[in-house]
Amino acid sequence: MTTFLGLPGGLPHADRHTGQVEGSLRFPDAARTALADGQLRTNIGAATRTIRTKRAAVVAEVPDWEELREAGRAIKTDTMARLPELLLQLEENVTARGGVVHWARDATQANAIVAGLVRAVGATEVVKVKSMVTQEIGLNEALAERGITAWETDLAELIVQLGHDKPSHILVPAIHRNRAQIREIFLREMPGVDSGLTDEPRDLAMAARRYLRAKFLTAQVAVSGANFAVADTGTLTVVESEGNGRMCLTLPQTLITVMGIEKVVPTFSDLEVFLQLLPRSSTGERMNPYTSMWTGVTPGDGPQDVHLVLLDNGRTATLADQVGRAALHCIRCSACLNVCPVYERTGGHAYGSVYPGPIGAVLSPQLTGITGGDDPNDSLPYASSLCGACFDACPVKIDIPNLLVNLRAQHTEAHADTHRIPSAEQIAMAATAWAMSSPSRWARAQATTRAGRLLGRRRQVIRALPAPLSAWTAARDLPRPPTETFRQWWAARDAGEHR
Amino acid sequence: MKIALFITCLADTVYPSVGRATVAVLERLGHEVVFPAGQTCCGQMHVNTGYQRQAVPLIRQHVEVFEPYDLIVAPSGSCVGSVRHQHGQVARRAGDEGLATAAETVAARTYELSELLVDVLGVDDVGAVFPHRVTYHPTCHSLRLLRVGDKPLRLLRNVAGIDLVELPEADQCCGFGGTFALKNAETSAAMLADKMSNVLATGASVCTAGDASCLMHIGGGLSRLATSTRAVHLAEILASTDGTVEVRS
Ligand code: SF4
Repeated sequence: MTTFLGLPGGLPHADRHTGQVEGSLRFPDAARTALADGQLRTNIGAATRTIRTKRAAVVAEVPDWEELREAGRAIKTDTMARLPELLLQLEENVTARGGVVHWARDATQANAIVAGLVRAVGATEVVKVKSMVTQEIGLNEALAERGITAWETDLAELIVQLGHDKPSHILVPAIHRNRAQIREIFLREMPGVDSGLTDEPRDLAMAARRYLRAKFLTAQVAVSGANFAVADTGTLTVVESEGNGRMCLTLPQTLITVMGIEKVVPTFSDLEVFLQLLPRSSTGERMNPYTSMWTGVTPGDGPQDVHLVLLDNGRTATLADQVGRAALHCIRCSACLNVCPVYERTGGHAYGSVYPGPIGAVLSPQLTGITGGDDPNDSLPYASSLCGACFDACPVKIDIPNLLVNLRAQHTEAHADTHRIPSAEQIAMAATAWAMSSPSRWARAQATTRAGRLLGRRRQVIRALPAPLSAWTAARDLPRPPTETFRQWWAARDAGEHR
Repeated sequence: MKIALFITCLADTVYPSVGRATVAVLERLGHEVVFPAGQTCCGQMHVNTGYQRQAVPLIRQHVEVFEPYDLIVAPSGSCVGSVRHQHGQVARRAGDEGLATAAETVAARTYELSELLVDVLGVDDVGAVFPHRVTYHPTCHSLRLLRVGDKPLRLLRNVAGIDLVELPEADQCCGFGGTFALKNAETSAAMLADKMSNVLATGASVCTAGDASCLMHIGGGLSRLATSTRAVHLAEILASTDGTVEVRS
């Protein structure tokens, strides 16, 4: 795989139309719907605020939190620097312990591999552990096309699946739903549900439990993702809260794990760092309730037919970008979503991809590739005020604002390369840069802003401007430009006119 | 000490009173302020909108103009943030290692106003008088890029007569973000609405911050709501000795 690195433009990106790596609308348009939905904003605002407070409290009690973050960042940086070698080591160790490793270049290949494995055991149903990567590749839909039904077993994923909906948060996929909405979905969609169901959390959980138990006991095949894969032992790890994942990972005969290639860590002891960082950052817990680890096949105990599908789907292309590759360090804790003021107001669906929020804004466009065109993913790096709250919260110190700024540059440069006629923005930026790179030109340009004094003469502020500045004056006034710039005032003062 | 003022393009063009206030505070403390006339803009807007190549001449201009000075101040957290965290990187991406190194030297001598006062000049009481109810918005780049911490608040607490009230959810972004406010205007306005309700909940007559850009956003929103609460730059409060600030005309 190393031979691919550095080849100009040749690395494969994820297919935009397979799975869920890109939405159908650009961010500002998709966000408009969400911003108009008061219930959605209330649900997400309340949920993110609760998780934010919990996280802050459990992070504050760890005296060496900053050192842990730094360790997490260092391990990930090292991993990315020698990813090919670590993946081969992982393959060797999984195979030596009786597992089978498959390599998938993209979503289509991965889906075909999983479907083939399910067919080989003659199953028509699989149970699933919550996994983002299988959503990324659209596995459930691909299996359905081949007559195989996939049952989500994570409570929130189940709500999303039964609601014919899409997840909107990495960790709390149904964060946009409240109890009353969940009760309605269960009553409508869950076979055999008690019609007296209330919206008490316990009642809802018990209904889901009865429904899911039957699935666990009959399924022959389970499909999972993985939080970590240890290269030097071949151990796969899933971290979860409900125990439903544990059921999936232990009861069926066949276990198929689909994992992005960036999830590998070098050694077992590296887990010490991540298993401290992850639960505190994600659910705000000191430790997550269930950590399942398995290494190949254990004869007579648990699944006897164990597979690992290693997925690229644009990750090698991402790795080739020296700055952008930091997006591959993500451990999917969702802390950056919970602190993001943009995510808090728009929710996850506006990002289109299965990866929402700040990390989605830097990961999704890299997986599909920046084109410089009107593709929805090209709009994602702009979906941020660059406030930096994500960087502060990130347990592996991904400098998301810096990645965003770099992706914006890639977008405008790709645009310039692929369009003969420059955009209005490009012209404006070039013109201001030209004016500002010379003090005399800049002073002349400043003089033109004084025309704005005419607009503001009645109220001392400007209330309406033509597009694109109308986007500003829709909600805010602009100050009336002053009679004199600072440099004019300074020159006059120097000449002894003020004082 | 001799201090070079980096006015920033926004304060130069739209808020010259912020520059005058910065000069007033420093001169009152007995320092010599110089204004290198060749300065224009740090290029932050270009970089943050994706025009890094176009920003390179601006960075070069900035570095050449400020290289001769040992101490540089700007009344803006985000412009200092750009000088410190973007100039070197952008120059390097453009393949200009010499510019990158020079930019990093200039960056190491560049301070945001509250940093200069507290860290370099060792002052936290500048002898200002401002008998009004004031709330302070920390601004994202001062807070997270520069880590100015409580320096602005220490300066404000020592202003005579001030009634300083805490801003709820102070660390939340006001939604400005440069061209973000245009490209994602509705999201930006939703963030601004929440910031304004927090400001108004304090009952303050003045919302202050160390960045004219964020104040242009918050102040523009407050003005549209027709409230009497005004956005006033930190430098203007620190410059005030009679409780008033310059009225814009
Ligand atoms: S980018 Fe960082 S904070 Fe965001 S989900 Fe990934 S690890 Fe968590």
